[in-house]
Amino acid sequence: MAVSLREYRARIKSTESMKKITRAMELIAASRIIKAQQRAQAAAPYARELTRAVSAVATFSNVDHPLTREEENPKRAAVLIVTSDRGLAGAYSSSVLKEAERLAEKLRSEGKEIDTYICGRKGEAYFKFRQRPIVQAWTGFSDQPSYDVAAEVGAALIESFLKEQGEEGDVDEVHLVYTRFRSMLTQEPTAVRLLPLEVVEAEEGGSVERPDPSDVLPLYEFEPSAEAVLDGLLPQYVQSRVFFALLQAAASELAARQKAMKSATDNADELIKKYTRIANQARQAGITQEISEIVGGVNALADANSGSE
Amino acid sequence: MAENLTVSLVAADRTVWSGEATMVIARTVEGDVGVLRGHAPMLSLLTDAVVEIAEVDGDVVVAAVDGGFLSVAADRVSILSERAVLASEVDVDQTRAELDEARGLIGSEDEAERRVRRAEARIRAVERAR
Repeated sequence: MAVSLREYRARIKSTESMKKITRAMELIAASRIIKAQQRAQAAAPYARELTRAVSAVATFSNVDHPLTREEENPKRAAVLIVTSDRGLAGAYSSSVLKEAERLAEKLRSEGKEIDTYICGRKGEAYFKFRQRPIVQAWTGFSDQPSYDVAAEVGAALIESFLKEQGEEGDVDEVHLVYTRFRSMLTQEPTAVRLLPLEVVEAEEGGSVERPDPSDVLPLYEFEPSAEAVLDGLLPQYVQSRVFFALLQAAASELAARQKAMKSATDNADELIKKYTRIANQARQAGITQEISEIVGGVNALADANSGSE
Repeated sequence: MAENLTVSLVAADRTVWSGEATMVIARTVEGDVGVLRGHAPMLSLLTDAVVEIAEVDGDVVVAAVDGGFLSVAADRVSILSERAVLASEVDVDQTRAELDEARGLIGSEDEAERRVRRAEARIRAVERAR
């Protein structure tokens, strides 16, 4: 008997309390996912209307806006990686980071340098640990992003995109790596190019409907002018796409956490079962030993008594 | 064609108000504009100001927007604004406090000025709704 019965009992107890924690985390994640999905749904009308408006402007004016202009010779690309703030979500953060590495590899092979922007502490820690530079990081909101954060992130990205080539901090492309929420069971890391904008596709991801192609866009009047409207529209469009990505990532993170915690709970169950069996075995072995000791003792006594008579 | 305008007032993270209305008044960068049924298709930029929506039953919905867009097409009016709030949702005291705070910052940043404008628009919306 390598370990005593008491120690097995202690292990069972600690596994049980761990199981309670993982179970609680699973339930919390499950209830938050519903909220995250509702938020994503609530944000959909805005994205839809914005997409309509952008496509309206794009159709009726010759779009030549700094945000849609392709740089002839792109040298730097910004990559925004959306990760989580906290761990215990299975492979969630690491699979986003892997996808980001893949994208970075591809961009580097095209001769572009990479500026890294990060949302979420996990990504920040990953880059800090490897001593790789981060241009800017935003943390502390990964499971319930607000629009303000998205606006801030979007504004920072737009600002660096709009700088002239050669200027400090200039980038010629902006890419976005986030986890798309497909269903409770599947979330896939996705990389998309955010800037220059391709005018104009409906948001991918399914939560936003495409404007119906059959309804012909009316001939709009623009006030004060098509350019001014576009000027106002496009940054908001970018921000709304960032917001969309953050919401998707939040829902994915919670789903990943729920899954991870569920399997942790199941594993704890297994472990408890295993330890209980070993503990029972140890208990029985102990009893058997005691009995044989008593019997042995009695026999020895009997032998001694019969010898003395 | 429908009798009324179909209006939706949308903020970045939710739909603030939607329904049928007879008239919409909003302030664009070029001045106040009123939209009735049969208005020509229009897309315009809004400033931080008050939007009024006259409901079918005569009530008026007042909301504060901070910039954004007004788009009108085929009797469908959509008002998009990152942070739109209905007058009934505005917490006047809190907004006044924010206004004072932002006024204190003025001169230092554009952000402060934007906050002042936003807070003022909200307060105006509440006053209008009374």
